[in-house]
Amino acid sequence: MQTLLQNLLNGIAVGAIYALIALGYTMVYGILKLINFAHGDVFMLGAFVGYYSGRWAAAHFGDQAGSGMSWVIFAGIMLLAMIACGLFGYFNETVAYRPLRSAPRIASLITAIGVSFFLEYGGQFTFGPDPKFFPTLIEKHLIHVGGITTTNYQMIVLVVAVAFMALLQYIVYGTKFGRAMRAVSFNYEIASLMGIPTDRIISMTFVLGSSLAAVAGILYGLSYPKIDPLMGIMPGLKAFIAAVLGGIGNVPGAVVGGLIIGIIESFVGGSRFSNFRDAIAFILLIGILLFRPSGLFGKYEAEKV
Amino acid sequence: MTTGERRAASSEREGSGKSPLARMPWWIRDLISLAIFIAILIGLSYGLERIPIIGMAYYNRIIVMIGINITLAVSLNIINGHAGQFSLGHAGFMAVGAYFAAYLTVFHFGPIVDKLVEGSNYAWIAQNALLLTAVLAGGLLAAIAGYIVGLPSLRLRGDYLAIVTLGFGEIIRVMILNIDKIGAARGLSGIPTWSNFFWVYFFCGLTILISMRLVNSSVGRAFLAVREDQVAAEAMGVDATKYKVKAFIIGSFLAGVAGGLFAHYTPAYLNPTMFMFVRSFEVVAMVVLGGLGSISGSIVAAIILTFLPEGLRMAKGVLHMTKDPRMVIYSIMLIVLMLTRPQGLLGRRELWDVLARRKDTIPEDPRDEGSSPTDKLDRDAGPPIQ
Repeated sequence: MQTLLQNLLNGIAVGAIYALIALGYTMVYGILKLINFAHGDVFMLGAFVGYYSGRWAAAHFGDQAGSGMSWVIFAGIMLLAMIACGLFGYFNETVAYRPLRSAPRIASLITAIGVSFFLEYGGQFTFGPDPKFFPTLIEKHLIHVGGITTTNYQMIVLVVAVAFMALLQYIVYGTKFGRAMRAVSFNYEIASLMGIPTDRIISMTFVLGSSLAAVAGILYGLSYPKIDPLMGIMPGLKAFIAAVLGGIGNVPGAVVGGLIIGIIESFVGGSRFSNFRDAIAFILLIGILLFRPSGLFGKYEAEKV
Repeated sequence: MTTGERRAASSEREGSGKSPLARMPWWIRDLISLAIFIAILIGLSYGLERIPIIGMAYYNRIIVMIGINITLAVSLNIINGHAGQFSLGHAGFMAVGAYFAAYLTVFHFGPIVDKLVEGSNYAWIAQNALLLTAVLAGGLLAAIAGYIVGLPSLRLRGDYLAIVTLGFGEIIRVMILNIDKIGAARGLSGIPTWSNFFWVYFFCGLTILISMRLVNSSVGRAFLAVREDQVAAEAMGVDATKYKVKAFIIGSFLAGVAGGLFAHYTPAYLNPTMFMFVRSFEVVAMVVLGGLGSISGSIVAAIILTFLPEGLRMAKGVLHMTKDPRMVIYSIMLIVLMLTRPQGLLGRRELWDVLARRKDTIPEDPRDEGSSPTDKLDRDAGPPIQ
């Protein structure tokens, strides 16, 4: 029972990070029908912005771990990473995807792969290919509840992730921008006829998704302090699976999918099949897609002739 | 243009005239051209080994890698370009072929050849025959994998199919990682280096030939029909399911063969990380950059994208950099190439059509030049944000 709860908790903590990345995938897919393969690498970029700004902060403010100042620094670093990744997302969209808006969709898929390669190789070029250790921004505590052990890091991950998901939910369903976003995703052409500045909405969607990936990058760096330029590949892929699992284009679906993938991975990692941890997400995906071809919450659209 | 294409292109052109070649059955023509092709290959493989340039082994390796990548790109083009099924699992099929062929030679065929006198004619014959067997066996197992992977394409479309094939590729890789007999994470080393220029380009030419014959056959026409409009194709009596799975089987067989040849080429070492989905992306980039559905386009793009990272090795010296920027430049060039030619280098036409200015033979697809967001691919896409 204790191991069960422990695995569940660990799974939820990882799953929350996957969910944050998955939200970016699902929004971009919903609006452009584009699998933005560079998204996992934006997550890496966020972690590296956190790494460098964290080191800068440590050099200028001294070791603040444990004091109230550490929270301010943590929030500042997260904001910085969000701004940096948001800017990257904006330029990524304008340079690599916007010129291809009227081209076959597959062309933008290849530029997405190109941008992904650019971030991976560019990361190896500028940051160096060797792993780096994410600075300890906040002092780590162990928390014992019942028989299970958790850390304050896991709590931070959960609280921050849930806060940002709630914020996103509000943006998508409660603001004018969110309504415009849903309109564009519903029908690009008609939305533009209705006076919605589609290009700006699409750019903002990228900014939104990329800054969520930055948050995920910081949280990931906090929980698993070893970061390297290729760290975005696997979490990015799993987050993408999470988005597909929940029904791609569906915001709550991405969150549920992320949590499912995180929890199942955590259980498999704790079992004797732990070697198959990286494959289990795919097996689950294939299993679900065979029975529900558009994911758990996706609406299946019958093809009209 | 490779020899294989030129040969096929010329036979095509002769087909419209009334030369004696045109009156022969197609298979005799193919056999004759195959014989000429083999003769040229033998000549080239002798010549390439004897060019007295320092570092010729390195250039030979690039040439062989180009051949393997052409095989991969042309075979993926059958699935993605002709049949219109978006597969991202090609590295997985390649891995199946590579590992199974290497398993056969390392554990079964290698000892047989070792017993024979080294350098004798028997050893030479046995080695090449066994390589052929191993490579074809690898291809067959990959074809079985392709059949299994092709099955979900009965239900899934567009991006969902893409992600499932990607998933199958990764599952294959993780499975290999867990089979200790073939090295698991350590990788498989000690594979005999039997593969060479001749075999790689022999299968490369064969792949191109199969691909070209396929497009003009009833099967290929069915592929095109399914690609253009599956519902209409089914209404006309094309068994879409059957042809989709067929495309997967043919494509993955050829990818498995390419994998087997890759496994036996120096340094003859396999590691599961070589077959990550990033490798599939590279092949997809070749196919799309060349122009989906264009065989010669895939070939040209495979040559460019294989040569580019090697050719950029000099960039470090030219730019006076301490680190090697070649892969960064490579990725930027990939983006720029795609932005300048969104429909691919050749669109859907073939190189010989472009060279002969025969625009009328295969019309440029209207979708290639700017299309509405309601094109076919978008119909395959999922629902909007809810």
